[in-house]
Amino acid sequence: MLTRVLQGLAAILLIAAVNFVLVRAAPGDPVSVLAGEAGASDAQFVAQLRTQFELDRPITTQLANYLGRVARFDLGYSYRQQQPVLKLIVERLPATLLLTGSAFALSLLFGVTLGALSARRAGTWVDSGITVVALVFYATPLYWLALMAVLIFTVQLDWLPGFGFSTVGAGLRGWALAADIARHLVLPALTLALFYMAVYARMTRAAMLEVAQMDFVKTARAKGVRPGRILRAHVLRNALLPVITLAGIQAGGMIGGAVLTETVFAWPGIGRLMFDALLQRDYSLLLGTFLVTAAMAVLFNLLTDLVYTVVDPRIELAS
Amino acid sequence: MKSFWLRFGRNKGAVAGLAVLMLVTLVALVGPWLAPNDPWGMVQQPFLRPWTEPGFAMGTDTLGRDILSGVIYGARVSLLIGAVSTVAALLIGVTIGALAGYFGGWVDSGLMRFTEIFQAVPSFALAIVLVAIFQPSVDSIVAAIAIVSWPPVARLVRGEFLTLRQRDFVQAALLAGESTPRIILTQILPNAMSPIIVMASLMVATAILLESSLSFLGLGDPNQMSWGYMVGSARTVLRQAWWMALFPGLAIVLTVLALNLVGEGLNDGLNTRLNGRTR
Repeated sequence: MLTRVLQGLAAILLIAAVNFVLVRAAPGDPVSVLAGEAGASDAQFVAQLRTQFELDRPITTQLANYLGRVARFDLGYSYRQQQPVLKLIVERLPATLLLTGSAFALSLLFGVTLGALSARRAGTWVDSGITVVALVFYATPLYWLALMAVLIFTVQLDWLPGFGFSTVGAGLRGWALAADIARHLVLPALTLALFYMAVYARMTRAAMLEVAQMDFVKTARAKGVRPGRILRAHVLRNALLPVITLAGIQAGGMIGGAVLTETVFAWPGIGRLMFDALLQRDYSLLLGTFLVTAAMAVLFNLLTDLVYTVVDPRIELAS
Repeated sequence: MKSFWLRFGRNKGAVAGLAVLMLVTLVALVGPWLAPNDPWGMVQQPFLRPWTEPGFAMGTDTLGRDILSGVIYGARVSLLIGAVSTVAALLIGVTIGALAGYFGGWVDSGLMRFTEIFQAVPSFALAIVLVAIFQPSVDSIVAAIAIVSWPPVARLVRGEFLTLRQRDFVQAALLAGESTPRIILTQILPNAMSPIIVMASLMVATAILLESSLSFLGLGDPNQMSWGYMVGSARTVLRQAWWMALFPGLAIVLTVLALNLVGEGLNDGLNTRLNGRTR
């Protein structure tokens, strides 16, 4: 377990170092990269920023100091928003966690259910139908699915809100506020979940068909174990292992994909912050959001490893 | 070869996918002669609905540009970036995977640790940062997509090399005194090609999705009309002009779906061991 944590930390440090290199490798003066376009105006201001960012020091000192600051959770200052980068990100963190968390749960729930159904009825029209749906969602760009969902459920049918986190100026509290946020959450979470649902459905189906051929399943059948129990306790449980591994890797990708969903739905999370940083060429904010996103992905991977040991006690967290 | 087409043809979806893919490729090749208008030219009134004027089957956008022409021109960028970035990712991935799998030991553990760390980084976020910092252009987009998509290739190739390295024909080549690069390139790599080809076809699909997502966020090459850019420019006017988002998006779905189907067909065709598989 300890080695796992150390590996995760190493990954985050490496990403921080990559961030550092990127700023220096970018075309143009690092000052203008770090300060956005604010540095372009006044020569004296640029010189002042140069000392402030320690660009006059040797590059190794710069790197060491930068990593030191990251270790102390100092991600720099956004000159565009006139606020520390970390403060901006922490404000947006709950919205992103709510969105990706619900999307993750939805995609696993639907994906595994559909995949299991598909494997159980392999070769029938139920199986073909699920396979086609999964294939189509797997090929659909997240942002386009989101836009089409807004067109149908918000513009045409007016069933669900397609914009923002909660109703602006409604002054709701307690349960009413929670219900309002939940209504706003439905479309973003569903559109983010559908792509990953397709991935898990295909994976679950393939894994279950493979496990169903194995000797221990034949043994169970020969012993006279009820078919439903074989499916749940023998086949599904073993087929879930590769799905969970994949889910752990995909969870990190989901946080990246949230940039698109949050952009379409104006969801006030880290992804939307990243998009705003892009629009405003606010590079220190952009790199800050990237670092936090990557750190969250590493954390998710660690969590999946833990889940793994619960589902399959044979695996230890040694390596 | 004949049995390959037999197995490929048995997969109906793959045949349909191949047909669509060939159509898209054709459109990409002859697009400039096919398109009725310049995709950047303001040729009609803005916000023209589809089918209201002859010759404007998909309507016009906020500036009065012809959407049909844009969709036709977009095929070129999507396929080009999808193919080139996949080749680049294959070059990186195959090199690293082959070295790790062939030499084993500390080379293997070092390279694989590097790959694992790379895989832990959310690929889309990394691609955004790379393209944003190096300014959007076809080159930077291709490089960014290649950089984020090579790790699975490296892992796959390493696995293949690990098993193939133990086989008798490799031992024979070693005894015959063939040089290491020669063994890697002419003995082992050809035998590992099947799964690499299957993975490559799926990677082109993913690369097209990635490119369109980058363009959607405004990180596309500003000199190229692309499907993602068109959907992106529809985002703020969705209520007024649904058609601006619908048609380019459908083009992406069709192309990516076709590529995925072809990938499955290739898998059936190239994987002789799976002949009697339940499917």
